[in-house]
Amino acid sequence: MHIDLMISEDTQTAKNSSPVRTCVIEMRNIKKTFGKNEVLKNINLVLNEQENLVVLGKSGTGKSVLIKCIVGLVVPDSGELFLFGQDTSTLRKNALEEVRRKIGFLFQSGALYDSMSVRENLEFPLRRQSGEYGREKLNELVTESLQNVGLSEAIDKNPSELSGGMRKRLGLARTLILKPEIMLYDEPTTGLDPITAREISNLILDIQKKYNTSSIIITHDVQCAKLTANRIIVINEGVCAVEGTFDVLASSEDPWIGSFFE
Amino acid sequence: MKVEIEDKNESVVTITVNKENDVKTTVFSLFFIEVYSLSYFTLRFFKEVFTPPYEFKELIKQSFLIGYKSLALISITGFIIGLVLTIQSRPTLAKFGAVSWLPAMVAVSIVREIGPVISALIFAGKVGSGIGAELASMNVTEQIDAMQVSGANPFKYLFVTRVLAATLMLPILVVFADTFGLLGSYVAVNLKDYVSLHLYFSLIFQSLEFKDIVPSMIKTVFFGFAIGLIGAYKGYTSNKGTEGVGKAANSAVVLASLMVFIIDMIAVQITSLLQD
Repeated sequence: MHIDLMISEDTQTAKNSSPVRTCVIEMRNIKKTFGKNEVLKNINLVLNEQENLVVLGKSGTGKSVLIKCIVGLVVPDSGELFLFGQDTSTLRKNALEEVRRKIGFLFQSGALYDSMSVRENLEFPLRRQSGEYGREKLNELVTESLQNVGLSEAIDKNPSELSGGMRKRLGLARTLILKPEIMLYDEPTTGLDPITAREISNLILDIQKKYNTSSIIITHDVQCAKLTANRIIVINEGVCAVEGTFDVLASSEDPWIGSFFE
Repeated sequence: MKVEIEDKNESVVTITVNKENDVKTTVFSLFFIEVYSLSYFTLRFFKEVFTPPYEFKELIKQSFLIGYKSLALISITGFIIGLVLTIQSRPTLAKFGAVSWLPAMVAVSIVREIGPVISALIFAGKVGSGIGAELASMNVTEQIDAMQVSGANPFKYLFVTRVLAATLMLPILVVFADTFGLLGSYVAVNLKDYVSLHLYFSLIFQSLEFKDIVPSMIKTVFFGFAIGLIGAYKGYTSNKGTEGVGKAANSAVVLASLMVFIIDMIAVQITSLLQD
């Protein structure tokens, strides 16, 4: 299916944005192939400061691969990636790691460490990135992070004792504990009931307000997209096929675009 | 054919092999790719093991899980092996009137060969498969990716600590297996005759020489390293999906057990050459 690129006039106008914004992520002509499967053919994408960009697309179109390219979990075959205005291909390993530390990633499954308690899950990134924290400071940060996601009572539990929604929240708390400037959400509401999904969507908005983060949200959940998106792109056949605000895309007469918003 | 060896935290290694439809070539190539990949991980292990920061806390935790948790199994197995070996050997020695040689024969057999090899095989089954399954499961549930994203070095934290713990713990476990094997032998001897514990162990230590103990302890270090390395490698590089977890655990045991025999064969040759 070929879809003409449609960029609405108000693409750059976010719901709660300032008029001039700095671009924090820019992807130019990103390509990625797995075996014979060309997942990303030519991705061009921009994420502005304090913006929530929602990425829609059918399963298997490379949405998760796209955000994994940003954090370095997947290495693109070609293309350019700019983080905070810096070309990642020209950065040395340490400098690149430093830049990537400003990016938080919420995994679809939560990716909680089974062998650690909730407290240890939260302390793990702190100990690895900022080894100088004392016991008191660690406790303070862990408590604050759990309070942010409403999980204070679960501090001494194991991840296996938590529900799906709680696991997502804990994953979010673990990501937020490092105070990232950019958040990448990989299907944050998948597998949750509508009420919990709405809570997570609201949490994403609260986090953005509190920490002024910029976010890319991969989702199939229209309600989540409606609540959180300043701008939406739809990926099809390895390229960003459509771009616009929720209202513009949801009212589109194109049946293919409309199918995402039913 | 294009094979990608996914190495988290480092660049991806890509190997291209021609003659895509030639099955023989493909199988042959896959073998060498596996060897290359394992060598790459081994070199990276040695690079990371000497580079700070060191994960002492995780190393101690893994040593406890790998060593202490295997102690009972290996000790019981050692005891039974000693007991059975003595009971089985006694009639043959009795035919030649050489029952008095029983402690020496059992001691040399257990210390030189049976203790290290049987312990290593049990260790491969318990620890090798455990490491393989655990890391593969962490791979499937994106926990390794999460570690990398949160600024940790998963290779150092997961891979290096487990391999090092296996390398350090197996020789200690073999000492226990040997000791319990000799105790089992003492119990078996006392089923038919009476020998005091002091006399029995005096006979054993008279028959054992330095060249019996040292080479066998050195080879257990290599056994432990091979088992830890293969288990961690198979888990760390497993395919995504629950099928990958099973395959990783299974292939870790098979390959580690095979490596134990290969290392044993090489060790025996080297020891024999040195003693000649």
